[in-house]
Amino acid sequence: MAVLVFAEHTNSALKSATLNAVTAAAAIGGDVHLLVAGHNARPAAEAAAKIAGVAKVLLADSATYEHLLAESVAPLVVKLAPGYSHVLATATTFGKNFMPRVAAMLDVAQISEIQSVVSPDTFVRPIYAGNALATVQSKDAIKVITVRGTGFAAAAAEGGSARIETIEAGPVTDLARFVGAELSKSERPELTAARIVISGGRGMQSGDNFHMLDKIADQLGAAVGASRAAVDAGFVPNDYQVGQTGKIVAPELYIAVGISGAIQHLAGMKDSKVIVAINKDEEAPIFQIADYGVVGDLFKLVPELSAELAKVKG
Amino acid sequence: MKVLVAVKRVIDYNVKVRVKADKTGVETANVKMSMNPFDEIAVEEAIRLKEAGIVTEIVAVSLGVQQCQETIRTALAMGADRGIHVLTDAALEPLAVAKLLKALCDKEQPQLVILGKQAIDDDCSQTGQMLAALLGWSQGTFASKVKIADGAADVTREVDGGLETVTLKLPAVVTTDLRLNEPRYASLPNIMKAKKKPIDATSPADLGVDVTPHLTVLKVEEPPKRQGGKKVGSIAELVDKLKNEARVI
Repeated sequence: MAVLVFAEHTNSALKSATLNAVTAAAAIGGDVHLLVAGHNARPAAEAAAKIAGVAKVLLADSATYEHLLAESVAPLVVKLAPGYSHVLATATTFGKNFMPRVAAMLDVAQISEIQSVVSPDTFVRPIYAGNALATVQSKDAIKVITVRGTGFAAAAAEGGSARIETIEAGPVTDLARFVGAELSKSERPELTAARIVISGGRGMQSGDNFHMLDKIADQLGAAVGASRAAVDAGFVPNDYQVGQTGKIVAPELYIAVGISGAIQHLAGMKDSKVIVAINKDEEAPIFQIADYGVVGDLFKLVPELSAELAKVKG
Repeated sequence: MKVLVAVKRVIDYNVKVRVKADKTGVETANVKMSMNPFDEIAVEEAIRLKEAGIVTEIVAVSLGVQQCQETIRTALAMGADRGIHVLTDAALEPLAVAKLLKALCDKEQPQLVILGKQAIDDDCSQTGQMLAALLGWSQGTFASKVKIADGAADVTREVDGGLETVTLKLPAVVTTDLRLNEPRYASLPNIMKAKKKPIDATSPADLGVDVTPHLTVLKVEEPPKRQGGKKVGSIAELVDKLKNEARVI
């Protein structure tokens, strides 16, 4: 038995979510192989080969995979799948996009966003925005799975020395064409990988006011997130959204500012180790799950927090 | 051009779901049910394409128990032209739904299928992609903008790093994200009119689709409860606790 993990990467480097998926693969058992499909992706394949516990890296390097469209990635994975008991990918917008296509082509179910492995055929996954946990058993010969990163520790990025095997690209399709991307540029850590996250909600009142959170993020080395309300209001771009339908985060410290705590938002952050809430409404549901709540005007409290952090952080 | 929109009946997003005592699922008896919010966005997008003169007919499809007819009626009241109800009491996995939708697409020959990016009950986010795979069509998932012109769809997608735009050959499958549009409310006259719009009934057997589940749900449980609720009096106290008690800064 061997498990194939589709590596998420930028051609030059691996995305951290891949490390969590490797841990899930190791929990299932058997040899762990990583598939790196990309264009000029040898650096990513070399990084993949160093991950502790990886036995082999398959590198499919082709211009076809420059933008990793689902229509071209899925046939490649389908071609490789029969050699594996499980095929895993990250439950990011990337993995979520192509993996169901793989599952349907293989005529098997997909098990979405597993957060733990009970046995090689049984997994736990959240349903209803994480308000319930379902334990599901698969009867399929090949199990197609996406992995929720917050459920698994990151595998060590160093220590392995897997061999890299170059494989042929799959068929080329003209169904879809990449036009362009507008990606947010930030020097801060990625939202889903950050040790500390500070998020703002509707209470921030404007996009400009998010600069207050940026300042604290810089002091703490944190990422900045937002509730759906703040994204819908146009304060910040969509990739800031934390919640059931946005990103799922579980940092060591999550600071919610001006966020009331709708269940859809809690779904994206309630597994954080320590939660701080700053809100003027003391009845706000966010306080029920916060380890430390501060009731008051965020426009007074956030600058105070910044000043206080400056003192203790020197 | 014809558009097919899939609409799912789910527990209303405002309801706090409760896990059943016997751990077989969540309580659905006497619970308010509504159209999956992402599917409302799908219906709205189809209507806007029709209002723009690009789409000529909107077919709303729902699959499941008898009451799914209400969900189809909601879509008809918003502005869909007719409905198809695939009646079954079986629990349908996304793969089975995709196969049933494929059978309907083979019959109806739409140029575009629009679905929500995920249903808020099982949070699977699979059906649209599976349908595209079975049809051999292109897919534009998590769409925040759709433009149809010259036999192609330009779809702007919400991805983890920001936005990405792809051009899809038609026919194609699009799944909706939150920012695509704001769905309208059905007006009372349109609700009345919707009662006269036709809904065809069919079944998995009629469509020749095996809907046997691939997965067995062994149990459904409540997640561990978080012990929260503590408040601190000042920011200075907060920072002190974060540093010396929680040790996270």
